[in-house]
Parts: sequence; structure tokens; C-alpha cells
Amino acid sequence: MRLESAIPFASAALALAVLAFAAPAPAADTVDPVKDAKAFQKFFTDKFPKVKLNDFVNGPYSMNEDLHRQWEEKEQFPPYEFSLEAGREMFTKPFKNGKSYEDCFPNKGIGIRQNYPYFDEKEGKVVTLELALNRCREANGEPAFSYVKDEMAALTAYMAFTSRGKPMDIKIPNDPRALEAYEKGKEYFYTRRGQLNFSCATCHVQSPGERIRAEVLAPALGILNAMPIYRSEWSGMGTTSRRFTTCNSQIRGVPLTPQDDEYRNVEYYLSYVSNGLPISGPGARP
Amino acid sequence: MTMLKPVLVSMLLIAGSASALAASEDDYKAAYAAAEAANKEAAGLRNQWTTTASTLAAAKKSADAGDFDKATASAKEAEALAKASIFQATSEKTRWKNMEIR
Repeated sequence: MRLESAIPFASAALALAVLAFAAPAPAADTVDPVKDAKAFQKFFTDKFPKVKLNDFVNGPYSMNEDLHRQWEEKEQFPPYEFSLEAGREMFTKPFKNGKSYEDCFPNKGIGIRQNYPYFDEKEGKVVTLELALNRCREANGEPAFSYVKDEMAALTAYMAFTSRGKPMDIKIPNDPRALEAYEKGKEYFYTRRGQLNFSCATCHVQSPGERIRAEVLAPALGILNAMPIYRSEWSGMGTTSRRFTTCNSQIRGVPLTPQDDEYRNVEYYLSYVSNGLPISGPGARP
Repeated sequence: MTMLKPVLVSMLLIAGSASALAASEDDYKAAYAAAEAANKEAAGLRNQWTTTASTLAAAKKSADAGDFDKATASAKEAEALAKASIFQATSEKTRWKNMEIR
């Protein structure tokens, strides 16, 4: 090799070597849900040192004293009560074939809300409570309910009520597909979308307690423990599916179909990182 | 001829600018198809924007009313919105990690 041609070759090799050393290889992205949940909960307890861990499930009411007082008064005659009663009646009423929801769930569906969503290893996917309820209906020859309307909210309200106070207990089985679903849910949660370029975290991690127009934003920690919710803004009840789809459209993103994989996964992630916090649903929100 | 030259040039200029301003139905159709294709790509990335859909609808409404200038402008805007949503979805594939609580 002549000297003139060897010089550029050597300098290119040197540049590559410098780059290789200058840019440290990123740490291997191992998925560690236990570590994630710990960091997630610490983030919120550090950010709001006055709020007790279990109080985060009360959403905006945990962020603001005035709102908290209003909520305590509201709980005397809670606006979700009608829905809860309807749910109780629906849940125990037999289907046309004589069976009922009780036949589809462990412990006849009582006190099990905290275990949903779960990863179904047979199906290889996350199964939410709303999905399980509709599957129960269809398996018994009944038409599925809309995921965003009153009947589904009433059923989940009743099931949540029977689990009140029980700590969220989401499991990730030793199955790479479960870990993948969890990771995809996390990705969905932090991914910016819509013309407003917001992710779920923009509001519920970066800005809880802040106002967005007239609303006080809820912290992401424990946000699903209160579902379903009666929202004064909606003048009615809303399911988790309704919450996800309206969040999407509010940031000018076209919502996906309720119970699409993305929504199931984000529910899995968000519920897992709230493990240990009590179920408080059905909830009421401004 | 030398006297005619500026006149010819201005005529050509006027003709050129007029064709740039007045969009034809074909211009609209091409712009609409491009916008729809981009929005379809955004759908594949699971990241359509509501504003793309509403701007596409506005384009169609103007075209139905025979206003192809407005229709073409709306279709081009819809394409730009769809392309922005594609860019967002693509760049967020790695950028989301910056926001993660660790």
C-alpha cells in the first residue's frame, strides 16, 4: 500500500474507532416489570410526598384539597350508584340458557376485579375484564355489549365494587409473550400520538395535578383502579375502553377499536405498575 | 419584433400564473389520491390523526361544490398532515423511551 492511499485509510479506521469508543453501547434493554413498578410508584410518591400511596387511586381528588372535600361529599350519594345497582341485577340475572356471568368467572365473579387484566397463555394475549364479560355473553348465546356504553360500565362497576379495597394483583407469567405484551403496553403508554403530539404520559406522568382547561389531570398511578367511572363531563358512566378511546380523540388521534391489542396491552402495563394499590372502583370524576 | 417581445413575455407570464392559480378537477383528484395514500400508510402505523380525516372531508366537500382550488388546497393540507403523522409514528418507535420512568 502506498503511503498516500494508506493515510486516508488509516484516518478512516481511526475515526471509526473513536466513534466506537465515544458512543457507549446502550445498555441492553431487558424488560424488568418489578423494577419498572418500583420506579413508577417512587416517581409519584416523590413528586407528591404529601399524598399517601393508596390515595393515588382517587385520581384528581388526591391532587387537590378542595376537590377532595367535594368528592367526600359526593360519596354520600355517589353518582355511580344507579349503575352499580343495575350491574348487580344484570350480573345475577340468568341468560336465556339458564346460566349467568357467575358461571364464567372464578369465585362466581365476586372479588376478582384486582386480577384483571390477565395474560391468557392459551390465547397468547391479554384478557381484560370487559373482554371476558363479552366472551361470557357470547359463549352463552347473548350478543356482546358495546365496550363504551352503559351496560358494560354497569357490569364492571358491580365487579369492581365487590373487590373494593383489594390490592391490584396483576401477574406476568413466565412466558415471553406475556413480557412482550407488557413491554408493548409500556411503549403505547409513552408513545406520542395525535396532532397534539401527546402520549398518555404527557398528561398523566408529566402533568398530574395540573389543569388542562377546567380539569385536574389524574396521576397514572392507580388510574385504572377506579374504573369504571361516572364522569360529570360525560353525564354518565365510562368504561376503561371509553377512557382510552376518548383520550386518543382528545389529542386528535383516531382511536383504535376498543379491545384492540394495543389497548389490552396498555391496560396490562398500567395495571401491573399499580400493583398493591387498592381497587376503588366504581369511581366518580369531575 | 423587438416591440412585441415584452408583450409576448407578459402574455406568457399571465397565462402561466393563471394556470398555477386555477386548479382543475384532475389536480384535485391527484392531490386527494396522494393524501389518501399517505393516510392509509398512517393507518398501517396505527397512527391516523382526526384532522387528516376532517381535512380530507373538507376537500371532498369543496370538490363537490365545484371549487377545485379550495379542494386541491385542502387535499394538499391533508397529505401534509398524514405525512406528519407518519413521521411521528416512525420517530416515536425509539423516542418513546426518552419519556419512560426508570
